[in-house]
Amino acid sequence: MVFPALLMFVVFGVLPLIGVLVLSFAQWDGLGAIRPAGMANWGSVLSDPGLPHAIWVTFEIMILSWAVQTPVSLLIGTFLAGRQRYRGFLAVLYFVPLLLSSAAIAITYKALLDPNFGLGAGLKIGFLTQDWLGESGLAVAVVIFVVSWQFIPFHSLIYQGGVRQIPTSMYEAAAIDGAGRIRQFFSITVPQLKYTIITSSTLMVVGSLTFFDLIFVLTAGGPGDATRVLALDMYKRGFQANLMGPASVIAVLLVLIGLALALLLRRLGGSTTASQQEGA
Amino acid sequence: MEPIKASRRTFLSLAAVGALAACGTSGPKSSTPGAAGDGATYWFLTGQPQQAIREAQVKRFNDANSATQLKTTTFQNDAFKQKIKTAIGAGQGPTLIWGWGGGGLKSYVDAGQVEDLSDFFGQNTALKDSIFPSAFGAATVGGKIYAMPVETTTPIVLFYDKRAFEKIGAQPPQSWGDIMDLVPKFNAAKIAPFSLGGQSRWTNMMWLEFLFDRIGGSEVFQNIFDGGANGWSDPSALKALDEMQKLIKAGGFIKGFSSITADSNADQALLFTGKAAMMLHGAWTYGNMKSSGGDFVTGGHLGYMNFPGVDGGKGDPSDTVGNPGQYLAISSKASAADKETAKKFLANNTIDDASVDAWVKSGSISVAKSSKDRLAGITDKNDAEWLKFVYDTSANAKVFAQSWDQALSPTQAETLLDNIAKLFQLSISPQQFADSMNAVIGK
Repeated sequence: MVFPALLMFVVFGVLPLIGVLVLSFAQWDGLGAIRPAGMANWGSVLSDPGLPHAIWVTFEIMILSWAVQTPVSLLIGTFLAGRQRYRGFLAVLYFVPLLLSSAAIAITYKALLDPNFGLGAGLKIGFLTQDWLGESGLAVAVVIFVVSWQFIPFHSLIYQGGVRQIPTSMYEAAAIDGAGRIRQFFSITVPQLKYTIITSSTLMVVGSLTFFDLIFVLTAGGPGDATRVLALDMYKRGFQANLMGPASVIAVLLVLIGLALALLLRRLGGSTTASQQEGA
Repeated sequence: MEPIKASRRTFLSLAAVGALAACGTSGPKSSTPGAAGDGATYWFLTGQPQQAIREAQVKRFNDANSATQLKTTTFQNDAFKQKIKTAIGAGQGPTLIWGWGGGGLKSYVDAGQVEDLSDFFGQNTALKDSIFPSAFGAATVGGKIYAMPVETTTPIVLFYDKRAFEKIGAQPPQSWGDIMDLVPKFNAAKIAPFSLGGQSRWTNMMWLEFLFDRIGGSEVFQNIFDGGANGWSDPSALKALDEMQKLIKAGGFIKGFSSITADSNADQALLFTGKAAMMLHGAWTYGNMKSSGGDFVTGGHLGYMNFPGVDGGKGDPSDTVGNPGQYLAISSKASAADKETAKKFLANNTIDDASVDAWVKSGSISVAKSSKDRLAGITDKNDAEWLKFVYDTSANAKVFAQSWDQALSPTQAETLLDNIAKLFQLSISPQQFADSMNAVIGK
C-alpha cells in the first residue's frame, strides 16, 4: 500500500523539486535551450531589493491573517459545535465562502471595492468609498480581510469537529465546580483543542505561502509592489518576464521557508504530545 | 454593426468580456478531439467578435481544402499566453502561432521555433503589398519576416466627452500645455480630467509612449529598443517622465486610479458616465463604449483625436502608437505538408475580402489596405466617422510604433510595467525609473 503513495510523492513532489533546484542554477526563458548559469541567478535574486520586500509582505500577510483567522474560527467553530438546530442552519450560511473559488471571490471583492462603481459609491456610504486597492496599507488590509473571509469557514469546520470530540463529562464536571462559560472555554475547550489549533495553524501558515490566485486577481501585487508576495514574485519572474532561473530560486526559497515553518509547528505540537497522552 | 465587446487587451490581460464567466471557460475547446494528431493546427483566442471572424476564416479554408483540413483549438486569453509558450518550448505547439509580434515573436525566433517567411512574401508580393507596410515592423526580426500581419490595426487615441467640455466651456486640448491648463478647470467642476485604469499598468504606459514620442521624437524609444546604453536616461526621456509626474501631481487622473483595472472596462465607464472628461486608450474600446455607454456614442457625445503635441517637442504629432496588427507565424517544427497548409491559409483566408469586410463591420480597420474601400459601405454615421478617423490615423502616421510591452522582450516589459506603476504612484523619481530600466536594456 505504500508504493502508490510513494510513487505519487516522487512523481509530483520530489521530481519537480529536483527540477526546480536544477533550474535555479540555469538560464532558461521557457522556450530555448537550458544553459547552466552557475550562481548567477542566486546572486541576482538575493541582491535584489525586491526580495526582502516580498519576504516581508509574505510574512506580514501570513502572520496577520493567522492572527485574524484563528480567534474568529475558534469562536465560530465552538459556537457551531452546539447541537441546536438554529446553529446547524447558521453553519450552512457560514460555510458558503468554502464553495467559491478564489478567483471568483477576488473578482467579486474587486467589483465591490471599486472606488467609483463599487458598494460604497453605489450606496453612497462615505466610509466604504476608500481607494481600497490603490493605497499600500489599505490594499494589504483588504488582502488579509478577503483571505480571512475565504478561509475562516474552513478552519471553523476543523474547530467544530475538534470541539465535538471533547467529552461532555469535562464540561459537566466543570459546571459542578462552578466554572462559567468563559472559564470553561479557556480552561477546557482551548487546551483540549491544542492539536486542532496546531493543525489549523499549520494549514494557514504553510497555505499562506502559496496565496497566489487571490492576490493575483485582486491586486496583481499592486499598488506598486505593496502586495507582491513571494509566490506572485515567482510567477511574475517566471511566466511574465520569462526568467525561469530566478523564478526557480524563489521557488526553492519558498520550499525552504515552508519546510522550516512546518517543522517548527510540528515541534511545537510534538513537545506536548507526551504529556497530553499521559493525561489521557 | 456588431457590438465590439472584446479588445486586443482582452487577450493581453485578464478577461474583459465577462471576467466571471471566464472562470468556468478557461479550458481549451478543441474542434476535433485529439487535435494534436496529424494535420495543421491553429490555436487562437476566444472573445467576440474576433473569435467568430477567425472561425469563419477557418471554415472557408476547410470548405475549400477538404484534403488538408485545419484543426483549431481556442483558449481564453490568459490561458493562451502560457499554454502556447509552454507548448512551443516542449515542441508541442500548433502549426500556426497567433501572437502580437515584437519581443514575444523575437523570443520564438531566437529559440529557432518559427519559420522564416521572407521567401514566402518574396513569392507572394501581391499579398505583401496588400498589407499596411507599418504592420511589418513588429513581424521583422534581424531583417527577416517571421510572421504575417493579420486582423486589425489599433492605434491609441485620446477620447473625450464633448458634454464635459461644454460644461466648463472649454475646447479639446491642442497641446500638452492645454492639457495642463484643463486639469484645474475640470477638477473645479468636480469632473476628473482623465480616466485611467492604473492597476493594469500598460494603461499608464500608453501615456509615456506618447510623451516620449512628442517630446523627443520616435528615435528615443527606437534607441532603447535597439539596445542603446542608458537610453532611458536620454534628456528627452527624463523630461517626459517628469512631465508625466507633473500631471499626476496636478490631479490629472481620477482619484483611486491605481486600483482601477482596464479588464473590467471601469476606465471606459468613468468616461461614458461623465465622471471623467478624457481618456487615453486603444481604438478597440470604441465598440464597448458604444454597446455599454447608453447614448454616449450614438448620441454623438464621444470625441476623439490623436494625442496632441508638446510645445517645443521634437516629435511629429502625426505619429501614433498601439498595435499595428496581430500576427500569425508558422512553427518550424511542423511537417513540410503542414507548413504548406498553413501558408495556403495565410495567403488565401486571412486578409481576403470576406475577412476585411468582417473586421470593418465589427468596427475595426483591418491590416489590409483595402479597408479603405469598405468604409463607404458603412451606413451608421458615428461608425463611419470613427472608422475614417482610425484609418487616417494609422495610414497618415509617420511612425506607427508598437506598444512598448509588446515590442520589448518579456524580461524588459515586465520590469517596465513594474516601474511604470511605481512612477505613477510617485514612489520613484524619473531618475530612479531610468536607472532601473537602463539596467535591463538588451535583456
